[in-house]
Amino acid sequence: MKSNDVNHKIGKLLIYVSLIFMALVSLLPLYWVFSTSLQLPSYQNENMEEPINFVESAPPKLYPVGIGEYFHQWQEREKAEDAGDQKDAAYHDQKMDEVVTKTFEGFTVLFERTKILRWLFNSLYISILATLAIVLIDTMSGYVLAKKNFPGKMIIFWAIISTMMIPEQVTLVPTFMMVQKLQLFNTHWALIFPSLALAFGVFLMRQFLLAIPNELIEAAKIDGASEWKIFWTIIVPLAKPAMAVLGIFTFVLMWNSFLWPIIVLNDENLLTLPAGLKTLQDANLASFKLLMTGATVAAIPMIVFFLLFQKYFVKGLSMGGVK
Amino acid sequence: MGSTWVGMENYIDAFESTAFRISLWNTFLYTIVTVPAFVITALLIATLVQPLGKMSQSFFRAAFYLPTVTSMVIIAMVWRWMYNYKFGLFNYIVGWLGMEPVNWLGQSDTALLSLMIMSILIPPGAGIIIYLAAMNEIDQTLYEAAKIDGANAFQRWLRITIPMLKPTTLYLFILSTIGSFQVFTQIIMMTGGGPGNATETIVHVIYKTAFRDFKFGLASAQSVILFFIIMIFAIFQYRTLRSDHH
Repeated sequence: MKSNDVNHKIGKLLIYVSLIFMALVSLLPLYWVFSTSLQLPSYQNENMEEPINFVESAPPKLYPVGIGEYFHQWQEREKAEDAGDQKDAAYHDQKMDEVVTKTFEGFTVLFERTKILRWLFNSLYISILATLAIVLIDTMSGYVLAKKNFPGKMIIFWAIISTMMIPEQVTLVPTFMMVQKLQLFNTHWALIFPSLALAFGVFLMRQFLLAIPNELIEAAKIDGASEWKIFWTIIVPLAKPAMAVLGIFTFVLMWNSFLWPIIVLNDENLLTLPAGLKTLQDANLASFKLLMTGATVAAIPMIVFFLLFQKYFVKGLSMGGVK
Repeated sequence: MGSTWVGMENYIDAFESTAFRISLWNTFLYTIVTVPAFVITALLIATLVQPLGKMSQSFFRAAFYLPTVTSMVIIAMVWRWMYNYKFGLFNYIVGWLGMEPVNWLGQSDTALLSLMIMSILIPPGAGIIIYLAAMNEIDQTLYEAAKIDGANAFQRWLRITIPMLKPTTLYLFILSTIGSFQVFTQIIMMTGGGPGNATETIVHVIYKTAFRDFKFGLASAQSVILFFIIMIFAIFQYRTLRSDHH
């Protein structure tokens, strides 16, 4: 019995070790984005004649060397100060500043010379606007399809569901032609309009609202509540969990959207973050440090968003999977 | 945008184009390799994570899902950097193992392979979460009964967990196959379909045909072909996985 217990513990430890190893490997690319964005470029330290580029170095530097160099210069400055050598202390002080400036250089260059803050703003407001609109439209249509009876209801329902089968990539050409005919090419409306009818959301809300007892709605009707009031005071509060899941799903979908924005936008000021990052890479002028800094700026909002709303991500994914 | 009736001409043109034929083959190959890898990795990791406590479960769920919440554009940018011939992480590892550096994305015999390796090494975060949810739903009395009958942990996994997860496995297969047929972002960000046509995929060809060459008719024909392939795969997978259930 006792050896069994030990075996069990060793087994569990092995599982933990291998899982942590796999998790680290899978987080490595993300680490590499951050690490490269803070890597020290062309810096000349006192032992070297020529400035050396730590970003494009072989073998690669596995962590931002600026951190080590900063502490090194700091120690040297302390030493110089203890020895009373003011000139040397000032030199190392200046070196410390240089290390900091060069480490964060990617960010200053990015913010000053590219439109990344503009792209960030565009992505943010388009995603929020589209998410609010889609959640509202899909909750309303889901409610009608779940709780109202009218001729042709099932035909409409199946027509909406069948569009879930057709991925965005298949309908690029017709959607593009429509956007062009409506003269929305190169406007943000071209991103928002075609996304508004999200069939998946209609389906999700309908399935969720089917479970709401009809008596609740009937009782409100007897009390003289209007359709509008029933929707806002009964349906919306009850539908909130599903609306949250749909909202998170839509926000991520809109935020990460890439293929469609690069087709319908060509004004640099109108780009969203993913499309903007592509132009940054295409420009070929950008160093890997600058590209990874751009990637950092683009990655952080979504990482924060995920950590804040993790619960809903999990719920949303499992809702689709268990069924 | 005037258009004239051309009958089946666009479809004939589509199949006669080398780039499109190669893209069909590449997309097919990519799917055959990466989809089973996605499902199997998700199943194995979920199997390891599931028996752990609630805290560990949610920790690993987050750790494996986090790398996939950021946009594929970002992931593709960093992988392109890691595959860099001179300064990339991969050739560092390769050199460390005592081998010659590889021009991962720059030569036609490794470019598609590199994209597949990338796809396999990105953790199947969504798959893990979906499998975990399904595993937590399995009736525990089944396991207790099997334990009494003397089944060991592996037998219980093979005889209870796997069959009970069949609908989830089916769902993940369909989901990732459809996703794999839509592969585009990695292509345009990392190789542009090259070198030659080595990493050309269906959606990338559609994109180029429509929005670089402005051949909307031809691109539509290619889109319809893509649509039917996705449909056939969805139906086919659904059938096979359901039929061996009986």
